[in-house]
Amino acid sequence: MSPALSVYTKELRGQFFSLTAYVFTVVFLVTSNWLFFQSFFLFNQASLRTYFDLLPWYLLLLVPAVSMRTWAEEKRQGTAELLLTLPIPEWQVVVAKFAANATFLAAALAFSLTLPISVARLGDLDWGPVIGGYLGAWLFGCAYLAMGQWISGLTSNQIVAFLATIAASFALLVSGISITLASAGPLADVLYRLSTYTHFQSVAKGVLDLRDIVYFLSLIGLFLYLNVYTLIRRHWR
Amino acid sequence: MDIEVKNLRKNFGQTAVLNGLNFRVASGEILGFLGPNGAGKTTTMRVLTGFLAPTSGQVLVDGRDLLDQSVDVRQKIGYLPENNPLYPELRVFEYLRFSAAAKQVAQPDQEIRKVVAGCGLRDRVGQGIGTLSKGLRQRVGLAAALLGNPELVVLDEPTSGLDPNQIVEIRHLIRDIGKTRTVILSTHILQEVQASCTRVLIINRGQIVGQGTTAELTTQAAGRRRVEAIIAGPEDAVCAALQQLPGVASLEQQVAPAAGETAVALEAEKTRDVRRDIFELCVERHWPLLELKVSAVSLEDVFHRLTTEQPQSVTATTATPVTVPAIPHS
Repeated sequence: MSPALSVYTKELRGQFFSLTAYVFTVVFLVTSNWLFFQSFFLFNQASLRTYFDLLPWYLLLLVPAVSMRTWAEEKRQGTAELLLTLPIPEWQVVVAKFAANATFLAAALAFSLTLPISVARLGDLDWGPVIGGYLGAWLFGCAYLAMGQWISGLTSNQIVAFLATIAASFALLVSGISITLASAGPLADVLYRLSTYTHFQSVAKGVLDLRDIVYFLSLIGLFLYLNVYTLIRRHWR
Repeated sequence: MDIEVKNLRKNFGQTAVLNGLNFRVASGEILGFLGPNGAGKTTTMRVLTGFLAPTSGQVLVDGRDLLDQSVDVRQKIGYLPENNPLYPELRVFEYLRFSAAAKQVAQPDQEIRKVVAGCGLRDRVGQGIGTLSKGLRQRVGLAAALLGNPELVVLDEPTSGLDPNQIVEIRHLIRDIGKTRTVILSTHILQEVQASCTRVLIINRGQIVGQGTTAELTTQAAGRRRVEAIIAGPEDAVCAALQQLPGVASLEQQVAPAAGETAVALEAEKTRDVRRDIFELCVERHWPLLELKVSAVSLEDVFHRLTTEQPQSVTATTATPVTVPAIPHS
């Protein structure tokens, strides 16, 4: 097993043994299913559009719960000292931790596949947009995970990491909704391009636009870089 | 693995924690890092393992700067940090397997079996780390530090919080490790140093205030000999007579083991063997001399003196500390 892979498996195990992550996953699954089926029979359409429309808001709570322990817990336990004195380059540790979190998020999203399966049994569901929507939602979540992981590296308190990640994610999301854009004046165009909300719009329709993919990947790259940077900073004189 | 520390300084904000440390550790040494709490021991350990960078100064490992080849050097270091942090959600073998993989140990299963046996963990490998007692957790930390046969083992307070039996076991283990590898051990417990270390460095307020073997430190730094005696004779007369002996610097009366006996501890100049004088005095006064010994535990006094007085370097080894010009902040 390579060193990075060993960190990945350890992280994944930690994530699957963390009660908080489970609690948030269950809450996410229950609320998303319940809210979806409340209006589903009214619209009487075999579509997951309403689910994907609300998904960013669910992820706003789920993602910080997954990412909050990444570094904060290592710092609180003192294991960060152990991990960072092992012969693994810092960037590999950061990427391995991110990959483990992204896997957990994928598992949480996979559990919500019961939704499209149910809908497909009730009507004629077009699977194309559903697959696109899930992939896009996962990328969207990964961007927030990367941000949460960076924020978690700045504190040794999980709750602080959780709340700060929610605040930052909320700001990125809410900057793109129409009410903000309408009152933003000259900044509206910038906010429109920077907000995760606007980039999620086509994803919600089931369209995977290359521009959106590049946007989410850039966010992931930026925050993982910042995470490595905070770790390496301790080596500055 | 030879380690040379040159003018090491570390500041946290405005507070200077390390004030220009200079020392060398040669292969096969067990170096004890002794100092009161807050002296800078843990910070030194963290710099030596590459966890923290010094504000200025250098750590040279086999002649190369530690930070320039951080990952390579980390491969050769086994580290047990202060308070022995571990992942409580993992089982012992899972954690050791993780450490072995992270260190890219060639034959992980064989190596894990070896350290598990060495640290007496054979019956515990399946247990969750979170459920282990403090002593067992300490052994798990040590086992992980020893994985991959590191050339240098850095142990930060390895026996803190253990019961006396566990302490003895861990000390045996450290002595065994030290037979084949370089060990740097930090502690504030004097007995630990005496029991395990080939050389001692005493640090106070981020500076080295004394170094040498325990014997060298106690004799040379103290400059005096501590002698304990039990004499069957009247207290006042015995004490008064002993104080009159040539070369006696101080005399401390201790609890007598029985009535009619006097127990004293005295410090005398090393130039004169005060034991002969005591014997002759007792013969002359017809006081039976019940016990007479040179006390061995005066490292405590040295430690106390060196860490409470203003820093004044005492060097007892032939290898004098290296002094190099200060390296400017970069």
